[in-house]
Amino acid sequence: MTIAAKSASPAGSGRTRSALILVGASLIGVAAYFGLLALILPGGAPVAAQQVANALTLGAIYALVALGYTMVYGIIELINFAHGDVFMVGAFVALYFMAGPLGQTGSAVTDPLLLGGLLLATFIVAMTVMAVVNVTIERFAYRPLRHAPRVAPLITAIGVSLILQNIMQILVGTGDRKVPQIFPNVHFDFLGASIGYLNLFILVASLILMYGLQQFISRTRLGRAMRATAQDQQAAQLMGVDLNLTIAMTFLIGGALAGAAGVFHSQYFGFVRFDLGFNAGLKAFTAAVLGGIGNLTGAALGGFIIAFIEVFAAANGQQRWSQAIVFVVLIVVLVFRPAGILGQQLGERA
Amino acid sequence: MTGRVANPRPPMLGASRATLRRYVEQHRSLTIIFGMALVGALLPLLALVPPFSIFQGQSVWLNGFSNAGVFVLLALGLNIVVGLAGLLDLGYAAFFAIGAYAYAYGASPFSGNHAPFILMLLVGALVAATFGVLLGAPTLRLRGDYLAIVTLGFGEIVPIVFLNAEKYTEGTNGIGGIYKPDIPFVEFTLLNPWPFYVLILIIVTVTMIFVYRLSESRIGRAWMAIREDELAAASNGLNTVTTKLLAFALGASTAGLAGVFNASKLTLVSPDQFLSTVSFTIVAMVVLGGMGNIWGVALGAFIVYTIQVVFLKQLNAFFEGLHVPILSDINFVQYQFLLYGLALVLMMLFRPEGLFPSQRRRRELHAADAAESETESVAALDESIS
Repeated sequence: MTIAAKSASPAGSGRTRSALILVGASLIGVAAYFGLLALILPGGAPVAAQQVANALTLGAIYALVALGYTMVYGIIELINFAHGDVFMVGAFVALYFMAGPLGQTGSAVTDPLLLGGLLLATFIVAMTVMAVVNVTIERFAYRPLRHAPRVAPLITAIGVSLILQNIMQILVGTGDRKVPQIFPNVHFDFLGASIGYLNLFILVASLILMYGLQQFISRTRLGRAMRATAQDQQAAQLMGVDLNLTIAMTFLIGGALAGAAGVFHSQYFGFVRFDLGFNAGLKAFTAAVLGGIGNLTGAALGGFIIAFIEVFAAANGQQRWSQAIVFVVLIVVLVFRPAGILGQQLGERA
Repeated sequence: MTGRVANPRPPMLGASRATLRRYVEQHRSLTIIFGMALVGALLPLLALVPPFSIFQGQSVWLNGFSNAGVFVLLALGLNIVVGLAGLLDLGYAAFFAIGAYAYAYGASPFSGNHAPFILMLLVGALVAATFGVLLGAPTLRLRGDYLAIVTLGFGEIVPIVFLNAEKYTEGTNGIGGIYKPDIPFVEFTLLNPWPFYVLILIIVTVTMIFVYRLSESRIGRAWMAIREDELAAASNGLNTVTTKLLAFALGASTAGLAGVFNASKLTLVSPDQFLSTVSFTIVAMVVLGGMGNIWGVALGAFIVYTIQVVFLKQLNAFFEGLHVPILSDINFVQYQFLLYGLALVLMMLFRPEGLFPSQRRRRELHAADAAESETESVAALDESIS
């Protein structure tokens, strides 16, 4: 351990330190949230622990979708309205892949090896399909408008969102579609609450994906190209960055993460609807703004915070207002700190 | 003689056409009045002529035209925000809802008030404008796309608030029994579509003149300057925030007018009349018609509304009547938002200035192509020199 610490560069240790601060602050935040819920809710600590587990799971899903928004905004400064719908289509891909090729009818799979295999296959398919869909959208709907007035790609994004939603509506109908929930409904005791392994799985798997993304962005050549493009497209191009490839890559990663979030959503809630992307997209975008748009850690953090707020409202019996509360949060952030929690003050860009 | 053949248009007609054009350019407001009077007179007649009279009777058509007028009004209002000032408002239906509920509070047995209709038109516009300012003030200082997402959220929230605040809004059922307009010497009844038709025609005409005069004024030029280059506009001493806020408030107040009229016509307001789909429909109308052009936007709204309400339904009835195996099972009305989505994407890609563009907007939207071809020609020049 000491050797590793010694050999690390000053910049590296700075990064480690800020990562440690982030982890510490997050843990303190979760603990504070738990304490607050335990005080307020009539059920006390067990109910609070249950709600914290719900909030963390929901937050993981929002965070994955928010990452797609923040990456795209960071690199081409476009609010990709269609991203929420990409997430929704991802959930449907998970549904039909499980029900179709995998032949699952809804009974839980208890064999851990088989379960892992099925989930892995679903992840690979959903992430690949959504990555391809997202790159296709970028290629045909956004790339031709890269130099157009700003309002043009925004309108196109709305159009793409409407198209995705209505194609799904025509294909699957307007009602809820049940997803085969293959994850066994097993729980473990924690602070008196019984918490599903599914919650734990979603949280851990999302954190792994987010860590992987962070490593990819900060360590690989393509990640560096993405950061350079986000800072200054022209300068990046002059340094030999392939702009089209880099932007396509951003959409590819964003789509894959939305696909993963779709799989999580389908397993966690057990149903999918054609219009679920709209609200999820709005919340995830709020999360991205809250964390500081363009900032990956911020988007993840924002996702969890939005979920905490939403679960807090729901736990206090105000479920039907949760959407309004999230929106008020968005306005308040924009008024008082448009750059978000972790974003830098960038003037015009904010 | 041969000269006449080469120039088939008699010189007299050419001259009168030039006179007409000059007259139209000098008297735009009068032209709008004449134009709308002509449209207003032709539409009821058109409804009596075969291809249209087959579908439905004249009074049904007139009723439909009045509803279309509401959307024309909405599109004109959104045109101020999107077309003139270049700001994307995706929750425009929220202001429509606010106007409608304002009228419901002002003139219904539910609230116990019965304020005069004309007064309520002003109140509805004012209340909607106030909400526009409240929403715009914090967000218009930021970049345009934040406004898009905030208005999208606002458009979602307003129906939710009207839905959840049951004590004040009767929730899902909405406020019913709203009084019809009370204008002296005119009786508004359910069976007679004419008064509503004439009323919306007048409101639309006045709004068109208003929007036209605004767009040609100092304020209108300021909006266009901001739309084309906000930084340059600010450098020239424009207060961009208040100018944008004014566009936003005026757009909202037009939606308020539409809301008041619609509530008085339907005599019912409920949250499901103002979902985000309405906002998207209006955006599609403005984009399709041609952002910035008053006549284009009005025509776009009219066409989209007619396609949505008459054409798609008739298509259903038509194929059902024919018993065509596959086509009669398709619900064409279901495809309308797919059509809007495709229209938005295709228009932006291939004809961003809309079907009936304003000259200025067209030049602006093709500025990127022009700049590209310019650099190309410069490159070609460089090559030829070397």
